[in-house]
This record gives sequence, structure tokens and C-alpha cells, in this order.
Amino acid sequence: MVSAPPITVERLTKRFGAVTAVDDLTFTVEPGRVTGFLGPNGSGKTTTLRMVTGLARPTAGRALVGGRPYADHPHPARLVGTSLEAAFHPGRSALNHLRVYAPQVGVDDRRCHELLELVGLAPYAKRRVGGFSLGMRQRLGLATALLGDPQVVILDEPANGLDPQGIVWMRSLLRAFAAEGRTVLVSSHVLGEVQHTVDDVVVIARGRLVHASPLGDLTRLAEPETFVRAADAGRLDALVAERGWHAEGEAGGVLLRGVTADEVGAGAFAAGVELRQLTDRVVDLENVFLRLTADQEVPR
Amino acid sequence: MTAALKSELRKLLSTRLWWILLGVMVVYLVFIGVVMAFSLTIETPDGTRMMGGVDAAVAVYSSTNAIGYVFPLLLGTLAFTAEHRHRTIEQTLLVEPNRDVLLASKTTATLLLGLVFGVVAVLSIVAGGAPLLVWQGDGAYLTDPDVVAVLLLSVAVMAVWAVLGVVLGALVTNQVVAIVAVLAFTQFVEPIARLALGAVDALSGVAQVLPGAAADAVVGASAFGAFGDDGDMLPRWGGILVMLAYVVVLGVVARLTTLRRDVR
Ligand SMILES: Nc1ncnc2c1ncn2[C@@H]1O[C@H](COP(=O)(O)OP(=O)(O)OP(=O)(O)O)[C@@H](O)[C@H]1O
Ligand SMILES: [Mg+2]
Repeated sequence: MVSAPPITVERLTKRFGAVTAVDDLTFTVEPGRVTGFLGPNGSGKTTTLRMVTGLARPTAGRALVGGRPYADHPHPARLVGTSLEAAFHPGRSALNHLRVYAPQVGVDDRRCHELLELVGLAPYAKRRVGGFSLGMRQRLGLATALLGDPQVVILDEPANGLDPQGIVWMRSLLRAFAAEGRTVLVSSHVLGEVQHTVDDVVVIARGRLVHASPLGDLTRLAEPETFVRAADAGRLDALVAERGWHAEGEAGGVLLRGVTADEVGAGAFAAGVELRQLTDRVVDLENVFLRLTADQEVPR
Repeated sequence: MTAALKSELRKLLSTRLWWILLGVMVVYLVFIGVVMAFSLTIETPDGTRMMGGVDAAVAVYSSTNAIGYVFPLLLGTLAFTAEHRHRTIEQTLLVEPNRDVLLASKTTATLLLGLVFGVVAVLSIVAGGAPLLVWQGDGAYLTDPDVVAVLLLSVAVMAVWAVLGVVLGALVTNQVVAIVAVLAFTQFVEPIARLALGAVDALSGVAQVLPGAAADAVVGASAFGAFGDDGDMLPRWGGILVMLAYVVVLGVVARLTTLRRDVR
């Protein structure tokens, strides 16, 4: 297994005039894991990634790959594969697009063909990119990023425009990269999109860090929800009132917010209430994400 | 740098632009060759010709520079502005974050293609002009040292125009603005300025250092000269220095401004 370099972002700040797009941001992206970089539209994800890859200069702070700024690596595109906004010359064929960047990445035409094969664009190799669909462009952008078989992979909203099969494929590709020990950073404005792919999450809002942890820890921030149905609804209502639980009527039973199934079960048992159903609702991470990113004063 | 140069050459050759420009240039210059040769060699009713001998040959062949230079200039300008227009500049900088290497490799690649444009331009003007010069005039003079000098220097000047386009594109970045600037300056501003400034003795020095006038000085003849209303020209070496000065100044300014900022 290779040991890929981490990405470290230290007190990174970027201002555009009066707009502070990225504000004192610090986080680390570890090798061997997929890190989801999450935030609503305009929260500063792309701007951060542009600073990590040397396309934009930080107003303050720094972003390093393997301890060095991106541009200080002798062949940065061999180490770091990046796909930001997919941009192409419309008059160039898909194959030629890759061939244009191949010399500096240090790969030959065979590798270009290989990548078109990998992303499913081999049949369109000779076609000019101007006629490509959004998903095809996204795939070609990914192929460009992966030309040099990079140890670090940085993708900005890679699922945009991909069909469901494409998303599943992308997911397994990223998982495989992490399993090989590479450093993988993917941004998204929808947590649900990457929930099944990422090991770690870095959540930002208005340019500031609001949460960074393994995905599992985010789950713990979620409010538990328990659906319960009793043989005697009246006795259940009495129990709910006694305990001061927050309840909502729902199809034949009640939905309790902020209480785990364990607590409800124990309470019912102690009160002698016969339960017909006791269900732990799947935690809705999207809600956690919304709460995290909507708060005016952010919790740390 | 070798890799960067290879990358830039592939960029230039992998879209249709270069051969469209080249094709139009060939058609245009063959036509100009015929027209120039015809107008210089045709006998007026009183039995005289505008020009004869080697002078006529030089005047015809040197119109490559006076008229064809807009093609390599556009080639160079578009080579850089296309990166901004299609936003490929990001990917370019991802694989080559060193802006010096980027500018140097783009310049070199365009210089090489500019030389090809120069050779093809010279062949085109000769193809158009030489037959008429032989048939109606005193000969094609293709081995005359003066003519050979004009032909070779025309090739070099065409390549320099291409490079001038690159540094201009590096500076301006907005493709539409750059194209309009190139066309307006070469087709309108400079010709008028050369005539106007050349007519005033005190200002003819300024006219001499306009880029087109400098290029004419390098080649050693101009379409203006052929029709006898040209001001004084710089010496050949002076023309070379002035052209290179344009390249260096625009290049340095571009490097210090546009190429220093974040792309976007
Ligand atoms: N070049 C620029 N000039 C001025 N403002 C900019 C520039 N780039 C980004 N911004 C501003 O910075 C903020 C962050 O933008 P950014 O593109 O990083 O957000 P994002 O998180 O990537 O959003 P999205 O999910 O929509 O892609 C926005 O307010 C945006 O308007
Ligand atoms: Mg973005």
C-alpha cells in the first residue's frame, strides 16, 4: 500500500473585495479515506479547492499537499488529480483534450485511451467535446484528473450530471482509491449524495468551518426519532405526557422526537404499557447538515 | 519545458483554427500576388510600367508582410485568449503552475507554427506573383540576393507577428476585445496613422516605430513603398529591434499583470 500525502488547510482565508468567501478555515484530509467537503451553494468550497491547487492565491493562511504548496511540487498534476469546473475547448476531440495535458502529466497516448475506456467515453474518443452532454463532460473531466494515476484526488461536485449508474460507479471508484491508500477529497452541496461514500466530513457555511469529523460522529449529532404504537393509545399518551416527550401523531401511532427507542422501550416497560411497535427511525443526516449550515452562530 | 512545449503544440494543432487561418491566408496571398504583379507590370496607355526588374519582384513578394501578417497575429492572439474564453486556462495551470514556463512554451510553440505560416505565405505570394512577373514583366528574380533576403525575412517577420499575438493575448485575455483590437489596429488605425504621421515631418519618427512600419523595415520594402507615398523607414536592424521591443514589453507587462492574478 502506498502512503499518499495528506492535504492540510491552515487558517485559510480568501476575500473578494467585501466578500469573504473563505474565512479562517482549518482542516486536514487524511490519506486512505474519502473526505466529503460539504456546504451550501456559495459557501466557499470551490474557492477553497482552487487555493489548494494553486489556482487562486489565499488572502491569508495556506493550503498544502504533502507539506508543500501545490505549485511547489515538481510535477503537481502527477501527484494530485484535480477536476473542478469541467472546461474544454469545444473544437477539440475528447482524446486530444487528454493528449494536450498528457506531456506534463508524463503519460503517453495509450494511457489517454485507457482513461477514456475507464470513464466510458471510448466510443466518443474522436468526437469534438462541443457536442458532449453534461455527464459526458463530467466524465472527461474525471479522466483528465486521473491521467497521472494520482495519489491525491480532488473533485469538485463530481456527481453533477451523472446518471444513477454513473453515481454508483463513481462511488465505488472513490472507495477503491481510499482502499488503495490515496487521499480523496470530494465536494458536494448535498450530504445525501456522498453519505454512502465518505469516511470523514468537513462541513462549511459562509466560508467558515462548522463541523469536521468522521461521518459517524455526525450521526450522533442527529436528533433520534422513534415511532411507537401501543395497544392502548390512551395509556401511551399518558406516559408521553408524564415523561414530557415531544410527540406527533402519525399513522396509527406517535412519532417521538429526541428520544431513542431504548428509552421509550424502558419507559413503557416500567409503566406497564403494552407496545405493538417500537421503531428506531433512520437518522436523517440531511437534517443535521441543514441545521449545521443554517445556524447563524455556528457550534464548534 | 519540453513537455510544456509539446502540450502547447498539441493545443495549437488539435483544433481547426490553424488550418482555417492557413487556408484563408493561402487563398488571399495567391490572389494578392496576382493582383500586385498584374498592377505593377501592366503597361499604361503611354507605354510605361509602374515598376520593372528586381524592384517589381521585391514589391510583389514583400506584400506577404504588408498584407498577410494579420493571420499569424490572429493565430497567436487566439492561442492565448482561447484558454480564457473556454476556461481551459485552469487545467493548463493545474499541469503547469509556473507562469513563466507557460508563457515561454506558448510563445515558442506559436513561433514554430508562425514559421510554418511564414513559409506557406511566401510560397503563396510567389505562386501568385511569379508567373505574371515572368510573363508580363522582366522575370521572377527568385535567385536575386535582394529577393532572397525579402523572402527569408518575410518568413521570420511572420513568425514574430505570431509571437506578438501571443503576448497580446496573454495581456488582454478577453477574446472578443483582443480580436477587435487586432483587426482595428492592423486594418484601420495603423495604416491611417502611418499616412498621417508620415506626412508630418516632425512625427514621421513616430510612424517608423509603429509595429507594421517596423516589420516593413525588416523586410526592406512595403506596399506603401511600392506606391511611393511612404515616409522614411528604419534600417533593417532597427526594425528588428522595434518588433522585438513590442514582444518583450507586452510579454513583461502581461506576465506582471494578467498572468499574476488568479484566473477566473
Ligand atoms: N472570482 C470571484 N470574484 C468574486 N467573488 C467570488 C469569486 N469566486 C467566488 N466568489 C464568491 O465567493 C463565495 C464562495 O463561492 P464558491 O464558488 O467557492 O462557493 P461554492 O461553495 O463552491 O458554491 P457552489 O456549491 O454553488 O459551487 C460566493 O459568494 C461567490 O460569489
Ligand atoms: Mg462550487
